[in-house]
Amino acid sequence: MTSGQIEIQLIAVVVAVACALPGTFLVLRRLALVSDAISHSILLGIVLGFFIVGNVTSPLLLVGAALVGLSTVVLVQLLERTGLVREDAAIGLVFPALFSIGVILISRYADGVHLDIDAVLLGELAFAPFDRIELWGWDWGPTALVVMGTVLAINVAAIAVFWKELKLSTFDPALAIALGFTPALVQYALMGLVSLTAVGAFDAVGSILVVALMIAPPAAAYLLTDNLPRLLLLAAAIGAASAIAGYWLAYALDASIAGSMATMTGVSFVLAWLLAPGRGLVAAARRRARQRLEFAQTMLAIHLANHEGKPEAAAESRIEHLDRHMRWEPDFAQRIVRLAERRGLVRTNGEQLELTQVGRELAADALVR
Amino acid sequence: MFDLFDDYTLRTVALGSAALGITSGALGTFAVLRRQSLLGDAISHAALPGVAIAFLLTGSKAPLVLVTGAALAGFLGTLTVMSIVRTTRVKYDAALGIVLSVFFGFGLVLLTFIQRRPDASQAGLDRFLFGQAAGLLRRDLLTMAILGGVALFVMLLVWKELKLLAFDPDYGASLGFPMRALDILLTSLLVVAIVIGLQTVGVVLMAAMVIAPAAAARQWTNQLGLGAALAATFGALAGIVGSVLSAETERLPTGPTIVLCATAIVLASLLAAGRRGLLWRELRGRRDRRRLRLAAVLADLQALELQHPGAEHGHSAAVVSVMSGGALTTLEELERRGHVRRLGEDEWALTDAGRREADR
Repeated sequence: MTSGQIEIQLIAVVVAVACALPGTFLVLRRLALVSDAISHSILLGIVLGFFIVGNVTSPLLLVGAALVGLSTVVLVQLLERTGLVREDAAIGLVFPALFSIGVILISRYADGVHLDIDAVLLGELAFAPFDRIELWGWDWGPTALVVMGTVLAINVAAIAVFWKELKLSTFDPALAIALGFTPALVQYALMGLVSLTAVGAFDAVGSILVVALMIAPPAAAYLLTDNLPRLLLLAAAIGAASAIAGYWLAYALDASIAGSMATMTGVSFVLAWLLAPGRGLVAAARRRARQRLEFAQTMLAIHLANHEGKPEAAAESRIEHLDRHMRWEPDFAQRIVRLAERRGLVRTNGEQLELTQVGRELAADALVR
Repeated sequence: MFDLFDDYTLRTVALGSAALGITSGALGTFAVLRRQSLLGDAISHAALPGVAIAFLLTGSKAPLVLVTGAALAGFLGTLTVMSIVRTTRVKYDAALGIVLSVFFGFGLVLLTFIQRRPDASQAGLDRFLFGQAAGLLRRDLLTMAILGGVALFVMLLVWKELKLLAFDPDYGASLGFPMRALDILLTSLLVVAIVIGLQTVGVVLMAAMVIAPAAAARQWTNQLGLGAALAATFGALAGIVGSVLSAETERLPTGPTIVLCATAIVLASLLAAGRRGLLWRELRGRRDRRRLRLAAVLADLQALELQHPGAEHGHSAAVVSVMSGGALTTLEELERRGHVRRLGEDEWALTDAGRREADR
């Protein structure tokens, strides 16, 4: 690996972690699509700021663009409060309009400079190592790394300082109000973080893929744990792993790095979806299969107990009769008998099945319940 | 603008945009009603990899091929959203966000992968991002018109079932209609409406063409049929004006221009529409407030008169102000109406007409 490659991966990891932290709270608060709205409309803020400052990485521009992002949320709420449109439509009306203005401004007035349409969608991660901050004769590293490192530090600090406010207003807003907190304020602070992060990440991954990094890793982590600190750590780890895997996928295909990172966050989510212990699709399918077998064994025990000691017992407890009485396939019946035998529920006596004491108790217990 | 229908290219562009506006407007009405506005956003973003894969597999850029790929991917995206919501505890909004961004990211990977291949046959695929009306050809127009026509025809065919689905799906199910199948059918129609607009408006902004015309039409009417017709009209209007403006002006990207036209229609509707409009609401509010103020001051004067017998006893504006605030201008207004007369410099009393008005 060249130092450029290492730096790109480092930036990608920092961006992914910085996005995953506020993203976790968005997912928990069912505000995931606000990240979509904010990440689109900051484009307008960035373009306007660019016209004023003339530099895409100036701190002034970052803050200005973040404020425009925040104003999206305000606009959506104003529109919703008129009672004329619902929340989903309000979001869908505001951000395309702001984004459109941004795109039109870029293509009309900012041609040939740093901003172009491709950068909007893809970011310029591949070129990030060439844009460095050199101050006082020192190389401070790639600009994107410094910017996103700062954003990450702000996110970590804000979450640490407002930990209990965030936690309380996320899980029980009513209690938060009752205790004298202001969930609305926490909400806006969170939106501010989202906005700032989206602006910072814009340069690296483009405005739309920020959504992937903010939503998919926390959603994947949400399938794996119930504990908030662990959720944040897992989301950050999944984001970082997806970022690195995404870089190498892009390297192999010679394709967009940001797009590959987004793809890998999707792969991570699908993996969690399939394999999550307890909640994953595989675990659920295995649980269902096991329950089916256990249920069948219980049914077998009940069937035998019903006829035990009655005149028809000899006929009813023959193994080949099971397919008729229980409507089981012969193979399935054999399997259930084997399993029941192993659990000590039944004994085979030639072709006859006999309940053991354990089996009798199981049948009685199941019938009472 | 006047030679619009003489110019062949412009005519193609305008007709194509009209077709997409009508279809997405009419079907968007249902999406907005059912609070699925942002599903359109997910579908349109999810369509991008479909376009790229269709091209990779066939090497063809025939509109029908690309649109089919887009539709399949968009439909797959919708299914993914639904199954995430059904089988995990991840909520609808996050599921939409994941599908939207991950499909789109994968689409970008494929697009950049295609672009870096040596042959130049890929040129033009990236117009699916932000759309380009100027590149519309006759065959594109034909595809759009036929697909849009079929979608609208099917919509009209099952109109009353869809109406039931939009307003009271439980009642529909109790009547024995296959609501799940209808849901899937409506979503498929929405997918068709979205993919035929992708070439002109682009995947990033197509959602706005589903939401904006329907949201604007909603302000003017409470009737579903009228709403859908209005939304179709608004969609066509935004499409035609936007695409013609963009085709006539250099460096004015089509998708954003159309979206801004649609946004303008929404703003105008929000402000001015019938009884719901914000402007009328404000005017009505002012009128009501003034009427209340007049009535309050009249009532105050009447109360004062009861305590100070004799119709010739005047009261100063300051006294009335204590009772209902800022009374001077209101008293002057009442004087103009003949309900109040002025006895001295600051002496006000009810007239006979005023007394009758206060009794009401």
